[in-house]
Amino acid sequence: MKYMDETAVLKQIKSRIRKNNIWKSVFFIATILALLALAMLIGRIISQGASFIDWDFFTNFSSRFPEKAGIKAALVGSIYLMLVVAPTSVILGVATAVYLEEYAKKNRFNDFIRANISNLAGVPSVVFGLLGLTIFVRMLGLGKSILAAGLTMSLLILPVIIVAAQEAIRTVPKEQREASYAMGATKWQTVFCVVLPAALPGILTGSILALSRAIGETAPLAVMGIPVIIHFLPDGLLSEFTALPMQIYDWAKRPQEAFQSVAAAGIIVLMIILVLMNSVAVMIRNKFQKRY
Amino acid sequence: MAQDIGRVHVIRHLIEKSRDRKIKKMIEKMMPILLVLAASVCIATTFGILFTLVFETFEFFQRVSIIEYFFGTEWYPFSSGNPSFGVLPLIMGTLKVTIIAMIVAVPFGLAVAIYLSEYASGRTRKFIKPVLEILAGVPTIVYGFFALTFVTPILQIFIPSLKLFNAISPGIVVGMMILPSIISLSEDAMNAVPNAIREGALALGATKLEVALKVVLPAAFSGIIASIVLAISRAIGETMIVTLAGGAMPSFDFSVTGSIQTMTAYIVQVSSGDAGYGTVIYYSMYAVGFTLFIFTLLMNFIAHKISKRFREEY
Repeated sequence: MKYMDETAVLKQIKSRIRKNNIWKSVFFIATILALLALAMLIGRIISQGASFIDWDFFTNFSSRFPEKAGIKAALVGSIYLMLVVAPTSVILGVATAVYLEEYAKKNRFNDFIRANISNLAGVPSVVFGLLGLTIFVRMLGLGKSILAAGLTMSLLILPVIIVAAQEAIRTVPKEQREASYAMGATKWQTVFCVVLPAALPGILTGSILALSRAIGETAPLAVMGIPVIIHFLPDGLLSEFTALPMQIYDWAKRPQEAFQSVAAAGIIVLMIILVLMNSVAVMIRNKFQKRY
Repeated sequence: MAQDIGRVHVIRHLIEKSRDRKIKKMIEKMMPILLVLAASVCIATTFGILFTLVFETFEFFQRVSIIEYFFGTEWYPFSSGNPSFGVLPLIMGTLKVTIIAMIVAVPFGLAVAIYLSEYASGRTRKFIKPVLEILAGVPTIVYGFFALTFVTPILQIFIPSLKLFNAISPGIVVGMMILPSIISLSEDAMNAVPNAIREGALALGATKLEVALKVVLPAAFSGIIASIVLAISRAIGETMIVTLAGGAMPSFDFSVTGSIQTMTAYIVQVSSGDAGYGTVIYYSMYAVGFTLFIFTLLMNFIAHKISKRFREEY
């Protein structure tokens, strides 16, 4: 008497293994397609815009004629914008993170702050644009200036920086703080001279990544009505300006075919800046991050 | 004499020391206050957003009836003779793009996440994860340009009736944009499933596919759902892709080949045109913004609730 039909069992196992292999290749192909999408995106933009990048592209202002259009105003504008965003968002973000990690007791107020941060992280960037338009541009009368746009962008990336800084501060082991207290240091001395230096690489990496998001963000600028045709360089924080993504947006929506190449060229410049910022961030992470 | 000088010196030293201590004490007391002030900026931002939206939306409803806004199926704010403000066409546009994006991103995202967490070797993961990070860091304006100048023309080869501005192309590209976040969040959820459970199933003779689909996927289910809900929220709030490739003609129908307009795209259209301050069109921007805000807030709330439950499981 046979307890089991060996051929049937073997057949079933074989079909299960075959099914596994088929699906494995399906998953693999999906992964390859995702990578391919990125390759197509980059390849397309480079092939379209690379021939447009020359010295004139960096020294010309935008123009009605595609061959004369350049990104001088936009590039300088974006740099000015970062000069506002970087200090504002990093100082506020790190201070908030230090407060939440080192000082905050568990009470309603602090839970409220935490809930606020995670909520703000999910608010669409257009809504931040509306906030900037109403509060900074109109109410405070800053106009469509670098300062107004910079403050709006700072608020937009603030949650990202706070979360990154919180994580960095959390990795500093308790022993380091206790050693500092044991030597007679006060709370603030411990935070400023022990915790922050140890968390610095993590904070820097997170901040640079957040800033690279701010430099490519278009929607809030568009909502605030940041102009795109600017034929002068900003002369101060209250000056009108334009930024790289806005300039690209303007070129991309023009009907003439040639402007699409100009837009692609602008995108290449933007992407190179992003890659540089990201590599610096990764370098800092790999080189300076201590493991306890 | 010499003794006096010495004494003066000591006293002066003591005075300085106490002054130092006073400053130190002051810093010690001041810093927490300054930090709380910095932390309050987040609260102020939330209130700023709420204040802006509620206040200006209220102004809008002074001029347009709430019923027309929420149930009207026609959105012609720029019509000079008879403007109509029914938000449904804009919501429809947003839904079309979001649904198409999900049809693209969810199967792909889950397939890649399963591959990375269950099949891929360490070296493959090390190569693919940074690439996905790059994909996540591409600005949306770049995706918008890609949709308008590359995806739409290619789709037009296959679908001749496709207009230059449509819902399919931005939908697909929004799907591409949210893909990395679905992948990384779902993969995190799958990685959180303890290996012992996998090994138990393997020891019973299950294939890797069976482990992935019948053991890991159900165990990581709430985490995966949370990642999808979060992605929906991002797709709803996405602006530049739909502004560039979606067009500016909202209509309340199910067509995906013609021009649409999403809530976000309308806000950009109004603000980049010169709608004078105080006009109905100006205020309508805030009403739409408020509607959008509610939608994303709801999605984030659901995602938060789901992932909270998920965290309690292990």
